[in-house]
Amino acid sequence: MEMVNVIIDGVQVQVEKGTTVLQAAQKAGINIPTLCYLKDVNAIGACRVCLVEIKGAKALQPSCVYPVSEGLEVLTNTAKVREARKAVVELLLSNHPADCLNCVRSGSCELQNLAQQMGIRENRFLGEQSVFPIDDRSVAIVRDPNKCVYCRRCEAVCSKVQGVNILGGIGRGFESTVGPAFGHNLDDINCSLCGQCVNVCPTGALAEKDDTQKVWAALADPDKHVIVQFSPAVRITISEEFGLPMGTISTGKMVAALRRLGFDKVFDTNWSADLTIMEEGNELLDRLQNGGVLPMITSCSPGWVKYCESHFPDQLDHLSTAKSPQGMFGAMVKTYYPETEGIDASKIYSVSVMPCTAKKFEAARPELADSGYRDVDVVVTVREIARMIKQAGIDFANLPDEECDAPMGVGTGAGTIFGATGGVMEAALRTVYEVVTGETLPKIDFEAVRGLDGLKEATVDLNGTKVKVAVVHTLARAKEMMKKVRAGEADYQFIEVMACPGGCVGGGGTPIVNALTRTMLPDDYRAIRGIGLYNDDKNLPLRKSHENPFIVKAYENFLGKPLGHKSHELLHTHYTPRKLYNLDLND
Amino acid sequence: MTCTCGQNQALYAQLDEVINAHKDQPGSLISVLHKAQGIFGYLPEEVQAYVAEKMDIPLSEIYGVVTFYALFSMNKKGKYTFNVCLGTACYVKGSGKLMEKLQEELGIGVGETTEDGLFTIEGCRCVGACGLAPVMTINDKVHGHLTVDDIPKLVNEYRELAKAEEN
Repeated sequence: MEMVNVIIDGVQVQVEKGTTVLQAAQKAGINIPTLCYLKDVNAIGACRVCLVEIKGAKALQPSCVYPVSEGLEVLTNTAKVREARKAVVELLLSNHPADCLNCVRSGSCELQNLAQQMGIRENRFLGEQSVFPIDDRSVAIVRDPNKCVYCRRCEAVCSKVQGVNILGGIGRGFESTVGPAFGHNLDDINCSLCGQCVNVCPTGALAEKDDTQKVWAALADPDKHVIVQFSPAVRITISEEFGLPMGTISTGKMVAALRRLGFDKVFDTNWSADLTIMEEGNELLDRLQNGGVLPMITSCSPGWVKYCESHFPDQLDHLSTAKSPQGMFGAMVKTYYPETEGIDASKIYSVSVMPCTAKKFEAARPELADSGYRDVDVVVTVREIARMIKQAGIDFANLPDEECDAPMGVGTGAGTIFGATGGVMEAALRTVYEVVTGETLPKIDFEAVRGLDGLKEATVDLNGTKVKVAVVHTLARAKEMMKKVRAGEADYQFIEVMACPGGCVGGGGTPIVNALTRTMLPDDYRAIRGIGLYNDDKNLPLRKSHENPFIVKAYENFLGKPLGHKSHELLHTHYTPRKLYNLDLND
Repeated sequence: MTCTCGQNQALYAQLDEVINAHKDQPGSLISVLHKAQGIFGYLPEEVQAYVAEKMDIPLSEIYGVVTFYALFSMNKKGKYTFNVCLGTACYVKGSGKLMEKLQEELGIGVGETTEDGLFTIEGCRCVGACGLAPVMTINDKVHGHLTVDDIPKLVNEYRELAKAEEN
């Protein structure tokens, strides 16, 4: 790689040719402020917050898109630069509601940070503000276009990373905004609700729908028996909300915090992840042995399932009928749990903590009521539960480690790795291999399906039958894969699909990693979180779903056998073909 | 996305021809939308969705283009579109006054259509006939050297023309 010498504020640095001034400045120890720039997602030079002086250039230049060349001299901190950047931010603020006190992103808002950093105490440009309706119709995501700063990071992640193109730039001038076509709401345009747009929004223009009040109300109701489950990726991502290093496992502290919030029982979605492996693994074997539809595709990721229903409604037979771990847990906690513990099922209120916005949609599916009640009453994201823990004044980082309650509180390492891309596949292979061969796995780690590569493949020998598997994450990759499946060109028996980059650890309900942090981290934040989950798996006493004694017990005492009558009733589901848009455009 | 009524079917057949002619040309979306607007008179949601599907371009992108360029309209146009040039040359020659008179005469604003479906008012920036300033186009026909007094005459003229065509 050709290196070039650049002088930034008098400091000489050597960087690769093609590097941007923004990146080169970081090497020189200077963080140029940015707003529309987001590493690996968006570099369009639109917001003009990152302006710098380039020696020899007439006008100030946006450093996020300005490539360095040999001998380039850059000044990032002159009066002219500071004044220009400040004016840009003031202009943005002139058309932005000044309701920081009530905003969900107060404290983590990149626009607010810029205003503080630039010492803006009053705005020279006050005037008319554009007014847009708030889109809060979906169960998962709220769009407030009045807080949009046109950075287009949401549009970039929605089109480039996810390939779904729900959000796009609309109009021009004062009427500009970013949103779905025709000004429709996210429901009508059949958004998958993956929430990646929320993760990249610098302001409060995109946020999860806050359901914390429902949880507080249930906890305050003496007639309700309130239980909680938390998913694999929650135990790793929650740490960041309380200042612990990214990738720290906080299972024990999470249990302690939930108990202190007042939940009657604290259970673990890892338990039902193990249950999912039992059902889904056996479903795969059944399909392989009895000529079922192949490749079978995982159905744990609700954003993926919704996307598949609306974009590939003719391919739904490929989806495993096994419910997601959240769904299975919901059905079991209002049937199996009250039966074994002698509790009135109608009194149970089931709360689920997820790294995901689309899980809110999944829980609200009409078919997820197999227990005779709503299987899951409310879903809160990691960000929401963190807000509740903070509200309660719980000193999370210094909590003692506690353990989950029986009988749905013990999961294996196989359950834990559900939270990372490739994890469901690996967990399934650990169980399927041993069930079919009757032998212990020589090597439990399936390294080939780990990591952030877009497409991962492996072949497993099951008693002479070669099973070819593939793992994809992001909806853009899923789309490519589904085109192959539709064309009959996908030469696999089993495919894992996760809607979000990196799997659930990159979910739309996880703590937001701001633009600056993304550039400063040594690795992709989803990789760091994922490695944390694999470390947890390595340290757990049980690492295979079929060896979980609480799963064995559930089958012995309640379910019977995998794919049995009761399993079909409670643990399997069906999918709904949906239109691309929920609009009849010919009317 | 197929259409049930006969007239629409014929229009969509024309649109198909346009799309097929441009399909493999990158950057041809604006041309296609321009021609689609010529065929349908405007670009309703279903036409945009149709173009999106046929050209394999995201609907959000198409809607973004349609709302960005003033040339495109999502509102149904009248039989006659009065397009007053507000470019520099026409403006200094008084086209602003023409526009005011036209709105007063028809009782509608810019971008609106009269209730009888006959007239739509639009403004544009330069039609390339600055020598004739101030200029107004009515559908494809250019009317130059206009005065405020010409406006009621032209409106009447086209009203009569519409009547004649009806009979």
